[in-house]
Amino acid sequence: MADSPTAFERFVQGILPENPVYRQLLGLCPTLAVTNGMKPALTMACSVGFVLLCANIVISLIRNLLKPHLRIVIFTLTIATFVTIADRFLAAYFFQMSKTLGPYIPLIIVNCIIICRCEVCASKQGVVTAASDAIGQAIGFGLALSSIAAVREILGTGMLFGIRVLPTAWPDWVIMVLPPGAFITLGLLLGFVNWIGIIRSKGSAK
Amino acid sequence: MRSFKDSNLFQAWLVLLLATAFGCALAGVQTKLGPVIEANKTRETLAKIPALVLGEDQAQQLSRQKKSLSITSRTIKIEKNGIKKFYTVYDAFLEGTLAGHVAKASGQGYADKIELLLGLDADARTITGLFILDQKETPGLGNRIIEKPWRNQFLGKPSATRLVVVKGNPGKDNEIDAISGATISSRSVTGIVNKTITDIKAQLVSPPKETADEQETSHNENGKIKENT
Repeated sequence: MADSPTAFERFVQGILPENPVYRQLLGLCPTLAVTNGMKPALTMACSVGFVLLCANIVISLIRNLLKPHLRIVIFTLTIATFVTIADRFLAAYFFQMSKTLGPYIPLIIVNCIIICRCEVCASKQGVVTAASDAIGQAIGFGLALSSIAAVREILGTGMLFGIRVLPTAWPDWVIMVLPPGAFITLGLLLGFVNWIGIIRSKGSAK
Repeated sequence: MRSFKDSNLFQAWLVLLLATAFGCALAGVQTKLGPVIEANKTRETLAKIPALVLGEDQAQQLSRQKKSLSITSRTIKIEKNGIKKFYTVYDAFLEGTLAGHVAKASGQGYADKIELLLGLDADARTITGLFILDQKETPGLGNRIIEKPWRNQFLGKPSATRLVVVKGNPGKDNEIDAISGATISSRSVTGIVNKTITDIKAQLVSPPKETADEQETSHNENGKIKENT
């Protein structure tokens, strides 16, 4: 079928061509809020990946039972369940990280990437396609978060993963780890990714 | 007359089924992980006690000297308007002498329950520390209650007078500067601190031995006992 991509296409599209942050501009709340360091950014990406994968699989399994007017309720119910599991798991085994991320883990429930993938892919396609779509989108989200987090943490603290990468003479740009830094970095990287996209499409047109 | 198949209840069978299944799954997760999370919180509480009782510098000095406080915990029972309340209190001893108390308290914040630790000196006259254990206040505004400069305002405040939240320059001894944009969160924390002090101050200094008798009579007076843990 022309309108339903295969599992592999779904996987590849999630990483760059349909990157949730840089292309679809979804899930910007965690993108802006938890990217002041690599560790919280990766924890967030893993949590979202876990919820995305589980929700996509469950929704795909029950897709033939869904009633059109009740589907959003079921999506939200499923997502909320897995978010709660992720939240409890972090609180039990990564207590400090769970405190750092605070309300942003429960807020994954309203992360529009997940509900978007349930609607676009999982409620229409088989389990394998839905799972690979989830993995692709999760990798794309992880790449976006870690690229922003890397820029912010290096410029803001001179460190990466808490390990010093810039000489101590580097004057820490504190603004980069504060909220304005998130907007500046996201804006610049978004422009950069789109600029590359334009150049590449011009190149292939010739 | 609509048939049962068209009714809202029947249409929602999948929602109901999933909600039940997910509910059971979450109950399972909570039973498994709940004790681990509680243990994490207790460990954090115990780790914070030296700084809350002695102040940060002295606590660091103590750990450098490889000494530690011996900590005992007890529960203080309060009965107000027929409602029973329980406070967990930790008494910290330094080389045998009482150094201070730390009480665990909680109350409603702007978004959700705020849980905090309040440090008081040995005779419960001065606040020696405040630490926020758990909160879900608005990021960027209300959650600044966890920041040290704001919490440190409470240090050295006398416990005899009620603390008041003011906007702008706190001048008097019992005034706490509100976080701009988060007056409710500031008031919540200050309120919890005030309430905890009035509730437990008397019992902190002199642990009552005759409480059993007293409580017996008050039970009879109030008739109904609600538990509020």
